[in-house]
Amino acid sequence: MSSTPIVLAQALSRRFGARRAVEGVSFELLAGQSLALFGPNGAGKTTLMRMLAGLLRPTSGSASVAGVALRGGTAARAQVGMIGHHSMLYPALTAAENVEFAARLHGLPDAANVARHALDGVGILDRAAVPVRALSRGLQQRVAIARSTVHRPKLLLCDEPFGALDESGARALAELLQRMRSGGSAIILITHDIAQGLRHATHAAMMRDGQLAGVEPTSGVAPADYAARYRALCGLSDAA
Amino acid sequence: MPPDTISAALAIARKDLAIEFRTRTAFLSSLVFALLAIVIFYFAWDPTAIPALDLAPGVLWVIFTFSGLLGLNRSFGIEQSERAIDGLLLAPVSRQAIYLGKGLANLLFVLAVQAIALPAVVLFYNVPVSGGFAVVAAIAVLAAIGLVAIGTLFSSMAVNTRLAELLLPMLSLPFFVPIVMPAAQATASLLAGRPVAEAAAWLKVLLAFDIVFVAACALAFPYTIEE
Amino acid sequence: MALRWSGAHLPPDQAHIAIDPLSIAAFIAVAATFVRAIWFTPLERIQGPAQKIFYIHAPAAWVAFLAFGLVAIASGIYLWLRDERLDRFAESSAEVGVVFTTVVLVTGPLWGRPVWGTWWTWDARLTLTLFLWFIYVGYLVMRGAVDDRAVRARYSAVLGILGALLIPFIHLSVYMFRTLHPLPIVMKASRPSLPGEMLLTLLLAFASFTLLYVALLRARYLLAEERDRLQDSVA
Repeated sequence: MSSTPIVLAQALSRRFGARRAVEGVSFELLAGQSLALFGPNGAGKTTLMRMLAGLLRPTSGSASVAGVALRGGTAARAQVGMIGHHSMLYPALTAAENVEFAARLHGLPDAANVARHALDGVGILDRAAVPVRALSRGLQQRVAIARSTVHRPKLLLCDEPFGALDESGARALAELLQRMRSGGSAIILITHDIAQGLRHATHAAMMRDGQLAGVEPTSGVAPADYAARYRALCGLSDAA
Repeated sequence: MPPDTISAALAIARKDLAIEFRTRTAFLSSLVFALLAIVIFYFAWDPTAIPALDLAPGVLWVIFTFSGLLGLNRSFGIEQSERAIDGLLLAPVSRQAIYLGKGLANLLFVLAVQAIALPAVVLFYNVPVSGGFAVVAAIAVLAAIGLVAIGTLFSSMAVNTRLAELLLPMLSLPFFVPIVMPAAQATASLLAGRPVAEAAAWLKVLLAFDIVFVAACALAFPYTIEE
Repeated sequence: MALRWSGAHLPPDQAHIAIDPLSIAAFIAVAATFVRAIWFTPLERIQGPAQKIFYIHAPAAWVAFLAFGLVAIASGIYLWLRDERLDRFAESSAEVGVVFTTVVLVTGPLWGRPVWGTWWTWDARLTLTLFLWFIYVGYLVMRGAVDDRAVRARYSAVLGILGALLIPFIHLSVYMFRTLHPLPIVMKASRPSLPGEMLLTLLLAFASFTLLYVALLRARYLLAEERDRLQDSVA
């Protein structure tokens, strides 16, 4: 595995008018690493993620994703996958059709089979022919995950992906994340569940008011300690 | 390996058509609207004062624009729920591919409605069918291309505004005039048996419009769809 | 039609920014031109007093199209530089422009009725101005329907540029239409060879209207700036 960073951000910033959504974020993420990103609402986590995905232009600073500088156009986007708050699925189409469409957009040959394989990877191959609008929220989330990872992205951005998942779904996702890391991908994971985030990630960081407060390895960090530090950073009382 | 623009556009067009085929509501609404309007226009005029044949070209092309508008809003409407549009923007496809793909789906939609509306006008307005019909078909295709080029671009904007259903016609109709006027005038000229050169002059305007606006809208599209 | 712009309500004392040397000069210039046009310019032989509407109609048309040309140019540069000031400029020019366009469309029939006997004629120039009005209104309604400033600026810029592209096609279409279906009355509207006195009045009218445009544009721009600043401070 090469050690060129999958993500290299330097003083990345984004303003909306006078509001500073992301301010001077610098960090590095190598292949096989996964970063859990914590922060209160409005801290800039989603904005940061959308910049790395190529959906938003940075107002200053720079970043590169899989070696391509932002905004890298199709070359960068081919390496990125994103699981957001919305499933990005078409309710009228079946699970298989949705994932197959995503595969075609990535230029993957034999899209139908690749799609079935991806659905199998999240454990819903038996629902492949069901229209997405007939699936439960949790199953829709699984389809969304399959859709976003069908092209085996080098960087996977997950915005609260465990939210709608039941236990078996969560397990399937955890396994998928593990597989991706072993395959050399990097993951950034936004979650409000500190214990879950520390469990699934190799590194953790906090964001507040657009600024990133230090990336540290998660091994050996007790969730309770980290939670306390997090509350301190957010200015919340310890009694919460 | 990211797909080239054409493959991506075709995949997107296919997806749009698959969704439309699954639900069929927009197509049926457009079609029924067109047929109803064709019938209503017939009864709105005094047939002794104005022969139906004189009315036909105007009716045909006015209906064409309004029924086309009905279908265009759904083009980006389907991307709204679940933010599927983000899925398109995240993919390694050029923004032009998205425009071409959606435009192609819209074009087939509009042509499909036309394929039924045109014979309906011929039927209800007693239009004599002659060799000139191939020319009318050519006019229909050129007019549809212009309509779809403008409509696809404007619907990508309108869908994000508060007055989407009102805004799309309001913005588009001024742009449809250089489409409807040549189309209607050329059709009327052919039906009246005037020299083909006259209709050809109008066709050239239509063609020029198509070339300019397909290019302009394709270039402008990325600005409407992403930051 | 109420032309709302989104954003915070403006405090009533913002009106004072419109009274400054430039706008005073502009109003004086326009008033002076009117005085000259009505009392110190000879009557046109054939059309009589009604012809004097021409001294409003023609300069207003010039400003209407100038304003839109500037909207289009500002739109183009905005998409390149993404400077918010260009969007505010386009917005201001559009609002001022639509007013002048309305003046053209109102004075046209007022002039046409006594001189040619009909209120509206579909002559090429007046029809083109009508379409310009439609484009302006569509532009402003769309701006009113979008809340996000950045999105609004982008959409407006696209519409501004496409609108400018449309104008020559409307002109061509109407011209061809008129050629094939000529008007029953032969319109030898405006631009007859004007004797010196009338030409001078006309030139003065053009100059004073342009000055008025600049003054109104500036006032409107300052309003837009205040509104945006207010919105930023609240956000």
